[in-house]
Amino acid sequence: MSETSEKTLLIKPTKGFSSLGLHELWEFRDLLGFQILKEIKGKYRQMALGPLWIVLQPLINMIILSLVFGKVAKLDAGGIPYPLLTYSALIPWTFFQNASQLSSACLVTEMNVISKVYFPRMILPASYIIGRIVDFLATFSILVIMLIAWGYYPSLKWLAILPYLALAVFTTLAISTWTASLTVQFRDMKFLVQYGTQAAMYITPVAYLATNFPPEWLWLLKLNPMFYVCEGFRWSLIGVGQGPELYMLWPISIVVIMTISGMFMFRKTERTIVDLL
Amino acid sequence: MSTSETVIRVENLGKRYRIGTNQPPAKTLGGKLKNTLTSPFEWLEKQMRPPTEEETLWALNDVSFEVNRGEVVGVIGRNGAGKSTLLKILSRITEPSIGFAEIRGRVGALLEVGTGMHPELTGRENIYQNGCILGMRKWEIDKKFDEIVDFSGIKKFIDTPVKRYSSGQRVRLGFAIAAHLEPEILVVDEVLAVGDIEFQNKCLGKMQDIADRGRTVLFVSHNMGAVENLCSRAILLNNGTIFENGPVNDILKKYTGFINNKQILNALSTNKDRSGNGMLRIRNVKILSNQSLRTNCSFTLSISVENCSKKPISKISLGYSISTSTGTILFISYSDYSDIYFSCQRENIEFHIEVRKLPLTPGHYEISARLLGENIELDWPRYPVLKFEILNSGIHDEYKNPHSGKGPISLSSHWKIISN
Repeated sequence: MSETSEKTLLIKPTKGFSSLGLHELWEFRDLLGFQILKEIKGKYRQMALGPLWIVLQPLINMIILSLVFGKVAKLDAGGIPYPLLTYSALIPWTFFQNASQLSSACLVTEMNVISKVYFPRMILPASYIIGRIVDFLATFSILVIMLIAWGYYPSLKWLAILPYLALAVFTTLAISTWTASLTVQFRDMKFLVQYGTQAAMYITPVAYLATNFPPEWLWLLKLNPMFYVCEGFRWSLIGVGQGPELYMLWPISIVVIMTISGMFMFRKTERTIVDLL
Repeated sequence: MSTSETVIRVENLGKRYRIGTNQPPAKTLGGKLKNTLTSPFEWLEKQMRPPTEEETLWALNDVSFEVNRGEVVGVIGRNGAGKSTLLKILSRITEPSIGFAEIRGRVGALLEVGTGMHPELTGRENIYQNGCILGMRKWEIDKKFDEIVDFSGIKKFIDTPVKRYSSGQRVRLGFAIAAHLEPEILVVDEVLAVGDIEFQNKCLGKMQDIADRGRTVLFVSHNMGAVENLCSRAILLNNGTIFENGPVNDILKKYTGFINNKQILNALSTNKDRSGNGMLRIRNVKILSNQSLRTNCSFTLSISVENCSKKPISKISLGYSISTSTGTILFISYSDYSDIYFSCQRENIEFHIEVRKLPLTPGHYEISARLLGENIELDWPRYPVLKFEILNSGIHDEYKNPHSGKGPISLSSHWKIISN
């Protein structure tokens, strides 16, 4: 027998918070891979437009928001074509919204698997978030086409979206670990996340530039990490909007604290989740 | 570990659940309104504090046992005895409330066939997906892939989405994946309740095979034939505690007694669904413990009757019927068919019916009883007064009978060949 098989496992009640068990996530990495595959492949089977829906969602939003805020409200676009302005912020926002909605409900939606077999439950939100990153890549390729069409050519500055994307990922992780744990006991959380993220879009510079916000409230609005993500995407790709600044450390530290505490919270819920579902 | 051979050691394991307690409903509209408004807060308050004694249910309490390498142990007990809770703890789906379990080696738990299969994915994709959920690595599945497909017998449909499969095909694929997991310890919960007889036998064979190769198997089943065949030892759980732990044959004897005498008793005193004038009332029906019950299905049925009228009654005819667990009546017999009548004075009476060589195949059966007087019905509970299980009819060796369970009647036949 191999040496891994001779491991002794001790099952006993855990008091308080346990370790994050990240090594276990590594042991189950194949499952993570297949979970992502299943999620992506299963979702769009038997649909006429199939995976096209991934890019249609932000594109349709782009058209609506451009019409409402560009044509009707005639907000200041800083000389940028309005569709490009909204779409460049819509894609990280769509990632954030979809990923946090799906992963915050993951423990409830995957209830029948959870109650029958053991695996590190963190795989579930992780697979949803990674799945949305794949979606993001698809929507981003449309953005590249749009950028080139409007005469914005690739430059090294584009790479700056990577740390912004990472910030969006961790923001999602913070929200989903906290809400996923709470959703198990309070199903209301699902609606809270759904409507919360919808409403949050309007206090985040998605459909318009941050310069349209009242300047005296900016200090508060900037505590929202997605503020910097959306503006940062524009700053990196088009050259308008709020770039990196020292004040960013506030939302970043909020995200770091909430992610770490959320993961511990999630681990705590994981242990007896089956009894609560 | 106490010895090098012990692979599972469970000590004082317990699992506590919080159960709801009933609140008296409000009488007035105002009270109802108040209850609706305050209930979320009451609920919150309940979640925050530790459960009181009456809110606590110990699904598993103070369970200790050891399992050695290569042992096949059956876990049996009535519904709610704590079998599934035990397996859930051992397979790490939930944590115990107290005590601990020590497990040496990889555990493969099969609590439900086809867990986590995605209907939109093909059989091939699901084999990988499902294997990973059960703890296999991709390369292990690659190695076993052909074997899994062969065992499931669905080679033709392997690239078809699983939602197009029949339920039988889905079960076959699910078991095939789990059976090829090759864990050191296999934990199986009642998977054989699904699938046809042929496939059930194939699964049992596979489990035997796993056991023969020195793996440890923990097997929960209601199929006593399978438990007796497969397991060397059994653990009988009752109300969350270990009632008995020992050689499988001894335990099964106790378990049958268990079913025979306990299940219906309460219903006879509380269930009002009965007809008759009530001068006599059937109070207790039981099978008298009898060795020949296990060898040739002969037993004595004891029916205790209370004389509620306190008057002498004559010309009583006693009838009983046996039906399958699905309610099909197999036969009805009244004593007046044989011109036998009883009479009684003011006292309570007890009838004994000697049932000889009941020709039934293994399975669950129900007995109903009825008392008739002269042109009048005395008592007829409209529900089974006793349930029992037949393990072996004694006519055939039922474990050799692949069609066992396909019909309730077992008859001995005389076979001979007449040459032309």
